[in-house]
Amino acid sequence: MLKRSIVVLVLSLCAPFVSAAEYGLLVPERSRIAFTSKQMGVPVEGEFKRYKVDVSFDPQRPETGRARIEVEVDSIDAGSKDANDEVRSKGWFDVKRFPVAAFVAEAGSVRALGGNRFEARGKMSIKGRTRDVVVPFTYGTEGTEAVLEGSIPILRTQYGIGEGAWSDTSVVADEVPVRFRLVLKPR
Amino acid sequence: MSVERYTRTAVLLHWLVALLVLGLFPLGLYMADLPLSPTKLKLYSYHKWAGVTVFALALLRLLWRLRHAPPPLPASQPAWQRRAAHAGHLLLYGFMFAVPLSGWLMSSAYGFTTVWFGVLPLPDLLDKNEALGDALKLVHRYLNYAFMALVAGHILAAFKHQWIDRDGTLDRMSWVKQESSC
Repeated sequence: MLKRSIVVLVLSLCAPFVSAAEYGLLVPERSRIAFTSKQMGVPVEGEFKRYKVDVSFDPQRPETGRARIEVEVDSIDAGSKDANDEVRSKGWFDVKRFPVAAFVAEAGSVRALGGNRFEARGKMSIKGRTRDVVVPFTYGTEGTEAVLEGSIPILRTQYGIGEGAWSDTSVVADEVPVRFRLVLKPR
Repeated sequence: MSVERYTRTAVLLHWLVALLVLGLFPLGLYMADLPLSPTKLKLYSYHKWAGVTVFALALLRLLWRLRHAPPPLPASQPAWQRRAAHAGHLLLYGFMFAVPLSGWLMSSAYGFTTVWFGVLPLPDLLDKNEALGDALKLVHRYLNYAFMALVAGHILAAFKHQWIDRDGTLDRMSWVKQESSC
């Protein structure tokens, strides 16, 4: 009898912590959305400096997870002055017409892969073109915060990023993996 | 009379570097002012690959030179010319190292790793720093102007020996054995 009441007590004490394990508030200073383009075999680092993140993730109940990540394309740093002017132009991101790129995964699209690995199925929209993508990511913690890290596989030519002469993937590789590190506080 | 010549290895290395350097000068001047395009990226890569090759060949040449004394200069040559030739060759070696090195450093400062033939990444000697990159670009440019002037002097001196002095100096760097017309 006593034992049972202790168990109940412990469970009821734990309950708030279990529900608190749903993460969603972004810590922008420690988060990052970056990418690596490959030019003539040379990897060049770039990043997006401004983006909005609306994520809900509970490692205990991944199926409830969802994500909406909106990247302000004009905040791109492609690694050099020349490149930064070029990638904003029509043949690349055409930032005037398409200022936002987005990744959206609806609730029910996240599943556990075992250990600290998960994957989200969602839609990637860049330059007005939308594609289904599968995004593998890992979950870790730093203090009370969750750290989600992963990589979105992107083939730039599928989105018309780098048209005309630039569609030559022997000069600029088609694969431009976009890496993210999202630090989230519990909701 | 037949002249004593440089070793075949030395001759081969000399002309390989000559070919590369004489191609790299105009390529560098041309590509620098191009607007960004896939062609520009390609030319920059070729330029870097060839430049690194010059650096590697220069290293080989230096090692070879330290173990193989060059053939004597013509006895008829006045002492000041010998000194000038010696100083000139020393400077040429200096530029063969300094010019590619300045390009490598510039690339590194701009945040672009140099990947030799698109396969072998060279270590980045500097952290990314665009202002430093701009400064090194100027260093690379002016080192090249000096290098070009020196190479021009080197070539003119060889012509002078060949056609005015007719002392067989150029034959020392010739691949085929030939009789001097002197």
